[in-house]
Amino acid sequence: MNYDVAIIGAGVTGAFIARELSRYDLKACLLEKEADVAMGTTKANSAIVHAGYDAKHGTLKSKLNVRGNQMMERISRELDVPFKKTGSLVLAFSEHDLATIKDLYENGLKNGVPGLRLLNAEEVIRLEPNVNPNILGALYAPSAGIVCPYELAIGAVENAVDNGVDLKLECEVRDIRCTGDIFELITGKGAIRSNYVVNASGLQADIISSMVQETEFSIRPRKGEYLLMDKTMGNMVNTVIFQPPTRMGKGILVTPTVDGNLLTGPTAEDVDDRDDVSTSPSGMRRIMEEAKKLVPNLGFRDVITSFAGLRAAPDTGDFVIEASRKVKGFINAAGIESPGLTAAPAIGEYVLELLKEQGLALKPKDNFNPIRKSIVHFRDLNDNDRNELIRKNPMYGSIVCRCETVTEGEIVDSIRRPAGAKNLDAVKRRTRAGMGRCQGGFCTPRVVDILSRELGIPPEEVTKKGLGSNILLGKRG
Amino acid sequence: MLKVDLAVIGGGPAGLAAALEARKNGIENILIIEREKELGGILQQCIHNGFGLHYFGEELTGPEYAERFVEQVKKEGIAYKTSTMVLDIRPDRTITAVNSTDGLIKISAACIILAMGCRERTRGTLNIPGDRPAGIFTAGTAQRFVNMEGYMPGKKVVILGSGDIGLIMARRLTLEGAEVKMVCELLPYSGGLTRNIVQCLEDYNIPLRLSHTVVKIHGKDRLKGVTVAKVDSNRQPIKGTEEYVECDTLLLSVGLIPENELSRGAGIQIDPVTSGPVVDERMATSVEGIFACGNVVHVHDLVDNVTMESITAGRNAAKYILSCKDTRSVGRSIKTVPGHGVRYIVPQRISDLENIEELKLFFRTNDVYRNALVVVHFGQKTLYSAKRQKLAPGEMETVKLKSEALAELVCDTSCDELKVDIEL
Repeated sequence: MNYDVAIIGAGVTGAFIARELSRYDLKACLLEKEADVAMGTTKANSAIVHAGYDAKHGTLKSKLNVRGNQMMERISRELDVPFKKTGSLVLAFSEHDLATIKDLYENGLKNGVPGLRLLNAEEVIRLEPNVNPNILGALYAPSAGIVCPYELAIGAVENAVDNGVDLKLECEVRDIRCTGDIFELITGKGAIRSNYVVNASGLQADIISSMVQETEFSIRPRKGEYLLMDKTMGNMVNTVIFQPPTRMGKGILVTPTVDGNLLTGPTAEDVDDRDDVSTSPSGMRRIMEEAKKLVPNLGFRDVITSFAGLRAAPDTGDFVIEASRKVKGFINAAGIESPGLTAAPAIGEYVLELLKEQGLALKPKDNFNPIRKSIVHFRDLNDNDRNELIRKNPMYGSIVCRCETVTEGEIVDSIRRPAGAKNLDAVKRRTRAGMGRCQGGFCTPRVVDILSRELGIPPEEVTKKGLGSNILLGKRG
Repeated sequence: MLKVDLAVIGGGPAGLAAALEARKNGIENILIIEREKELGGILQQCIHNGFGLHYFGEELTGPEYAERFVEQVKKEGIAYKTSTMVLDIRPDRTITAVNSTDGLIKISAACIILAMGCRERTRGTLNIPGDRPAGIFTAGTAQRFVNMEGYMPGKKVVILGSGDIGLIMARRLTLEGAEVKMVCELLPYSGGLTRNIVQCLEDYNIPLRLSHTVVKIHGKDRLKGVTVAKVDSNRQPIKGTEEYVECDTLLLSVGLIPENELSRGAGIQIDPVTSGPVVDERMATSVEGIFACGNVVHVHDLVDNVTMESITAGRNAAKYILSCKDTRSVGRSIKTVPGHGVRYIVPQRISDLENIEELKLFFRTNDVYRNALVVVHFGQKTLYSAKRQKLAPGEMETVKLKSEALAELVCDTSCDELKVDIEL
C-alpha cells in the first residue's frame, strides 16, 4: 500500500492531524507503537482546556492555544465527548503573585483571550468557597475548561477511521528511508510507503526526526505525578485552580474532572527514561502539600489512585511544528507540551496548511462525516431510555462494573467499534469499567472474559495494556 | 411497581439467613436480589474449609456452607432474582434494580434488609509508588480467577497484607504450584486469624514479615519485582532496609470495606469507623424499615457470626412488618461507646429496651493485648468483666450480657452510655 500521508503517533496531536486529513480525498495512515491510541502524554495530563494567557505573546503556542480553545466547543459536539467550560483561576497569595497575575492578564489580552478579569479576594471566595482564605486575588479566565484527554483523542481517531484513515496499532517505526520522493517506514509490522510523513510521536519525536535529517531540537521527558480523588470530593472546586506559574511550568493545580472526580498535580521533574511513568512517595507528598495550599480541606484519605505522565518538553521553548528544510515532505509536530491538549485541533489545521505548502493535493471529500457518536453510557440515561436500550440489546441490562455502573453492552461496543479496545485498560478508558472505588477488583475477571470472547483469544492472552502485560499466566493445574 | 413485604439486597450468607429467618417468623412475600449468577455470595469462591464450626458444629467449605442456606431458600419457595443489580434505594423503600430479562425493575418494599457485603481495599487507597504493570490483584480477585475461572494469576507471588483472604491465597497458590515468596504486614501483628497463619503460612514455610511493606513496584508491562522495606513504629519505611524481591504477582490483602453506596443513597447514617450503617441491637438502621446485617455493617472474620447477626436482622424485620411500628420511635435509647483499647462496637445503639431479651456486643480492639480484662461499664456500674488471654484487631470479640445486666439498662434511666474498656 502506498499512502499519501503517514502520521507517526496516535496521541491527541496525531489524532487531530488524522481527522483533518480524513476530510480530503487521499489515503492516510496513523501508526502507533502501543496497543491503543492515546497511550503516551495524552493519557496522563491535567485534562485542562487552557484559556491561553500563559503562553508568551507571539509564540506558536500562544496562537494555537487560543485557536484550539475557540474550536473546542464545536469539536466536543462533533465528536460527542465531554467538555465543560468551567473557567480557571490563578490564585495570588503575595504582592509578588499579584504582579505575576497582572502580567498574565496583560499577556492574555495580547493573545486575544476573551473575558479575562482580575478578581479581589472576596470575589474569588464567592466563586470558590473552599479555596485558601489567605488569598489576595486571582486571575479569572472564563474560557478555560476541562475535557477527558484520552476520550478526545479516541473520538478524533474513531472519526478519522470512520472517514477512511488506516489505524495501525503495535506498529513501531524503527527506521525511515527516503528514496526519491517516497518515504519508506520500517515498522515492526513490515514496511509502509508514503509520500508525506508527519512526525507526531511525542516523547520519541527527536528520535523519529533524526531518522530522516539532522535534528535541531531535542525532547526532554518531564514527569508529572497526579493524585485522583474520590467523587465525593468532586465538588470541592468549580473551576480549575492554579498557583502562579514558575520557570518549571504552571505548578500544581486542583481541578474537577469531567467524570466528577477531583484531580491534583502535576509535579515537574526532568527524567531520562522516556517510558518512566512511575510515581514516588516524595512526589505524592509534594502534590498534597501544594494542593492543600490552594484548597486546605484535602487529604490522602480521599485519594483513589495516583499516576504519572511525561511531558514531551522541547529545548526550544515553543512547539516545533514545521516542514523539514532538508527533506521535502517531512513535517514535525513535536515538542507538544502544555497547552498541547488544548491546541491539538488547531495543530491539526496548522499541519494541513504545512502539507499543502509542501505540495499535497487536498481535494475535499463529498462524504466526510464530522460526527462521531460516543458509546451510549447506561449510567447517564433516564429510565425510559434505559428500558428501550435493554429491550433492543439485553446486554445493556447486565452490569459489569458496579462502581461506575457500566453494562456489558457498553464494553462490547467499546471493543467492536472502529479503533476498538483490545485490552483491559483500553476498555477502561472507553467505558470507565474498573475506574471506580474498587479499581477493577470486581469487574476485572468479567472484562477479561468479554475481551476473550469478543476478540476470539484465550483468557491468558488478554492483556492489561498490550504486548507482555498479560493478566493471567496460564491455566490452573 | 412490584410490591413486596421484604426485599433483601444481596444473596450471600447474610441475605440468605435473614430471608429465611423472616420467613420462619411469618413473612410470605420476600424477594432476594443478587447480582451474581447464583446465590451464595463470596462463599462460592471460598473453596477451603473452616466454615461452620460455630454455627453447624462441623467443618464445611464455603460452597457447602452456602448450599445449606440456598437449599432452604429454594425449599421455602422464597423468591429471588439473580444477575440483578440494585441501582438505587430511596428512603421511602422504593428500589430500582436492573437485569437483562426484566430491564429496569421498580420495587416497593414494606421493609428492606441490606446485605451487600464488602469489597477489598486496593493499591490506590494504599498509594504504593512505582510502575503500573499487570500482575497486581486484590487477593479476592485472584481467588476468583483461580477457583472460579481456573486460571493462575501468576507464578512468583508476594502478598502484601496478612488479612485472611491473603493467607488463604498464599496456601491456595502454593498448592497450585506457584512460589509464594513472602507475606508482608505493615503492622507488628497479623490482621488475620491465628488458625490461618498456622495452617496457611507456617505449614508451608511461607515467611510472614511483620512491620514490612512494599515501597515500590517495578515492571512496565508485567510486574517484575517489588521493593519491600521494614517500617518503624510510625509505619514509615526505614532507610537502608529496602530489599528487592523478584516476582510476577503482587496480591493485596489489606483490608475490606463495607459496600454502602446504596445505603448512603438511602440516607442511612454511616459509622465512620466501621464504614457500615449505624445499627441498633435489632440491626435496624437510622432509616425507618431498613435493616442491615453481615459484612455491609462491619467486616466479620467468621461467616458463623454473619449468620447469627443476620438471623437477628431477619427476626426483627419480620416483627416490624407485622407490627408496622416505626423502628425509630422507641423512646429511650442507649449509645455503646468504645472505651480504652476498643476500636468500634456493633450495635452502636440499643433502642428497644422494653423488648430486649438478650444483648450481644461485637467489637474489635485497636491493638494486641494479652491477659487483659474486657469490662463493660454502665455509668458507675460494671455490667460485665472477664479476662481474655489474647485480644487482637484481627479477631472480632463478643460480649454477651446476661439478663441481670439487661435489667440494669432498663431500670437505670439516669445513664445513656454503655462503655466497653480493655483494662490491663
